[in-house]
Amino acid sequence: MTDRPSLSAAYWRGLRNGLPFMLVIVPFGTLFGVAATEAGLNVAEVMGFSILVIAGASQFTAVQLMNDHTPALLVILTSLAVNLRMAMYSASLAPHLGAAPRWQKALVAYFMIDQSFAVAAQDYERAPQQSLAEKLAYYAGACTPNCPTWYVATLAGALLGAAIPPEFALDFAVPVTFLAMIAPMLRSLPHLVAATVSVVAALAFSFLPSGLGVLVAAVLAMVAGARAETFLTRRAAR
Amino acid sequence: MSADFYGPTEIWIIILALGIGTFFLRYSFLGLAGRRPLPEWALRYLRYTAVAVLPGLVAPLVLWPQATGGAPDPARLIAAAVTVLAGLATRNTLAAILGGFVSLYLALWLVG
Repeated sequence: MTDRPSLSAAYWRGLRNGLPFMLVIVPFGTLFGVAATEAGLNVAEVMGFSILVIAGASQFTAVQLMNDHTPALLVILTSLAVNLRMAMYSASLAPHLGAAPRWQKALVAYFMIDQSFAVAAQDYERAPQQSLAEKLAYYAGACTPNCPTWYVATLAGALLGAAIPPEFALDFAVPVTFLAMIAPMLRSLPHLVAATVSVVAALAFSFLPSGLGVLVAAVLAMVAGARAETFLTRRAAR
Repeated sequence: MSADFYGPTEIWIIILALGIGTFFLRYSFLGLAGRRPLPEWALRYLRYTAVAVLPGLVAPLVLWPQATGGAPDPARLIAAAVTVLAGLATRNTLAAILGGFVSLYLALWLVG
């Protein structure tokens, strides 16, 4: 049994470590609310995205593709492709949280965003001997400042969106946000290779029905990134 | 406007399908209780999913922006370049967004 003080210590530690990410969540959620409203979605639909999907990059992807009148199935597939990394997060949390009851794992899964995963994975690696209850309390702490903020920021953006005049060039909010997400991801040569292949292939296949070109480009880029990593690892081993 | 193109039912189908699909991606390996670790080759592919999708999605938006009817626009190209450079330099999404907007407004004001 884990005693209460150690659980509450773990919760507050998670909250403290998750707190700085609010600085990203607030503007990002607001921008999503604005972009989705500009695309013609009503407040209920915009909130539906943020509450049911709760994954920023894929929400932006879906809204952008809908703006281009992409067939619904392609909107779903391409946006889900953006979230494939969540399966990797799930795999890396599984050794730590896999023993929890199913309903708790469902909650962990629902609240799994880049930020909660990043701080939790770091903490579990640093102190793997923590009890399951402490790890769950830490995770709950990390989610507390960020996940509800995502809903509120989206709502603010959705209500604000209609009031912003065109001079603010908010049409470009989506590209700027995407680029700002991509640049910090380019932390190794294989990542750079994947991104380059993605851009070149997406432009080359832009004649395809909207959404399809991006999907083809994504598959090619994923293979390119993985192959580049294998190649570099082998060369380093020699 | 996407709302006119899809209709409310189709929009909610997209939201629900994306929500349910995303939940199961998140639940996947947690649900297996960690009994089967993911093979290394699969992890290698998953590592590159986000960086494989997002650049391809954004490239046409930068080169052929909607606001100008698809004609390349110097102000928006400058803003895009500044966003990427700020993101690379700071490794910080928020700093890159700020840099992008500041440069976009400066460039729109200077170049029009």
